[in-house]
Amino acid sequence: MNAAYEFVTGPLAWAAWGIFLLGSGWRLYSMRQLAMKKDASSWAFMDLGFSLRSIVNWLIPFNALGWRKNPVMTVTTFAFHICLIAVPVFLVAHVVLWTEFFGVSYATLPDNVADIMTLVVLAACLVFAGRRLGQKEVAYITTGKDWLALVIVTLPFLTGFLAYHQVFDYQVMIIAHIVAGEIMLAAIPFTRLSHMVFAAFTRAYMGSEFGGVRHARDW
Amino acid sequence: MGIQERLIEDVGLRRGVSQLTPEKIEKVVNAVLKGETGARLKTYAETCMRCGMCAEACHFAGSHPGDPSYTPAGKVHQTMSVLLDKKGRVDPDFVYGMAQLAYTECNLCRRCVHLCPIGIDTAYIMSTVRRICHKLGVTPQYMQDTAHSHASTFNQMWVKDDEWTDSLMWQEDEAREEFPGLRIPLDKEGADIYYSVIAPEPKFRTQLIYQAAAIMHMAGVDWTMPAQTGWDNSDMCMFSGDFEMMGRLKRQHFESAQKLKVKRIVMGECGHAFRSVYDVGNRWLGWRWHPVPVIHAVEFYWELIQEGKIKLAKKFPGPVTIQDPCNIVRGRGLQEKLREVTRFLVDGDIIEMHPNREHNYCCAAGGGVINCGPPFKNVRVDGNLVKAEQLKATGVKTVITPCHNCHGGLHDIIHHHKLGMELKFLSDIIYECMEKPEV
Repeated sequence: MNAAYEFVTGPLAWAAWGIFLLGSGWRLYSMRQLAMKKDASSWAFMDLGFSLRSIVNWLIPFNALGWRKNPVMTVTTFAFHICLIAVPVFLVAHVVLWTEFFGVSYATLPDNVADIMTLVVLAACLVFAGRRLGQKEVAYITTGKDWLALVIVTLPFLTGFLAYHQVFDYQVMIIAHIVAGEIMLAAIPFTRLSHMVFAAFTRAYMGSEFGGVRHARDW
Repeated sequence: MGIQERLIEDVGLRRGVSQLTPEKIEKVVNAVLKGETGARLKTYAETCMRCGMCAEACHFAGSHPGDPSYTPAGKVHQTMSVLLDKKGRVDPDFVYGMAQLAYTECNLCRRCVHLCPIGIDTAYIMSTVRRICHKLGVTPQYMQDTAHSHASTFNQMWVKDDEWTDSLMWQEDEAREEFPGLRIPLDKEGADIYYSVIAPEPKFRTQLIYQAAAIMHMAGVDWTMPAQTGWDNSDMCMFSGDFEMMGRLKRQHFESAQKLKVKRIVMGECGHAFRSVYDVGNRWLGWRWHPVPVIHAVEFYWELIQEGKIKLAKKFPGPVTIQDPCNIVRGRGLQEKLREVTRFLVDGDIIEMHPNREHNYCCAAGGGVINCGPPFKNVRVDGNLVKAEQLKATGVKTVITPCHNCHGGLHDIIHHHKLGMELKFLSDIIYECMEKPEV
């Protein structure tokens, strides 16, 4: 069991982070090259000010028309994304690892808060799954790729929650949790999760077009 | 649910599809995808999280509750997503449905941009589907006829060169009875304003040219209209997917203005034409901005009013409502100027439709949908129950909309639902209410 732990926190972790960081970097770089080559008439209008205007307006809950028209989704997706990022980054148990391996230390979330936030992520995943199954306009367009993305994101939080509460065998669960987290990291550049890498730019592009050319809001 | 269950017979689509083979389809699809698309399509296809939030955006979806195949993402799901997943290996029957959907069930109005958190431009995706259909030779007959007219005559309505100048001189002649001294100056070099219209104006809405001439005359504007091709600023080729021809049309329009050394182009009250000249054609030609400045009639009238050049003898009795045309509101942000002009002209309130301005619903005629002709008329009328309800809720008798397509679309909706409303261009009202000489 110790050997397995050593492996998943050692070589496998390096591999996952490597794939995540290098993969994301490569995808961004190659997409930029493609945009400059094939989308020159769009690229020419990219504008930092209008990009930020659009991004900021969409980062405010219930500000954009899309959020106002989909209140359940708005609450769910904001809660989901905030917790999704905050919990893994600021969890005490994770910061301890950073300290142990690299001597880095920073602020942490109290464990009970992180626990509730984990439940928020899991509840949001249930809402997403429920929409895919029960809401016609979502079910109609749902594909295997969408389910895969949802499963990849759910597993690290589910296993983390079970490990923290020592349900089932802790040793097995913690290794499953680490592997699930590593799968998620490595999957980001190459699955639907790549919206983490690209969404800011698709939004920025639309903001640039609406701001600079069409002189209208895009939110 | 889906397009295959609501196919409509169209000669153009049927004939085009009959000449296809799976090999030809695969070759053309991949030629367009590889040759003409890039990061935009790739990121849109990959990062659309299939959240379904865009369903709220579309008037087609809102008018067919419970049928997800009309939602923006649902339309992409049935067309571009399949082409990408199957790498173009689809059969001719699929192409029929794909073409019908792309040409007649999406107005390219871009309202869905306001509902998508990551800013996916469904109109761009559907335009690309249309581009593929055009290259496959599968286009609705009526729309293709206008595209052929563009290719043969540089105008949309088969107007012959002499008919064009005859129509202008006829209107000038008529108008001089009411406005002695009025001219429609043809090919006047160095004029301040080059006024261009869409071909339906000389063809069957000639009074709009009369009214424009009257407004120019009374405002003392130094203006001209071209006697040669280039006068038609409309562009069905942009919507059929014939981008090569679109480029030729826009070049002709701009070059005609350049040859006359005019200061600015003012475009009549049309939305799609404005999109083609202001936003799309210039890019195809490799111009970031326009070689001659371009403004829409709404902005032009707004300027004339600011300068005190439009004098009213009376005001138009309100209340009125405003239909915001997608291509000058989401496409150019003219919503406030449109309201300022309307407030100047109308005695009474503007009863807004909800939602309005950038968030307004499309008329369901734009994007070339009305140009697909009678076979698809009910697609757009039934597909815009949302607009009928919006109009009805205002309770007013007059709808102002500075766009030909909005007029066409709303006209049919108003009649179908017996709403008893009349449609007005701004120039209708300006002409009706402005000071006229004592003759």
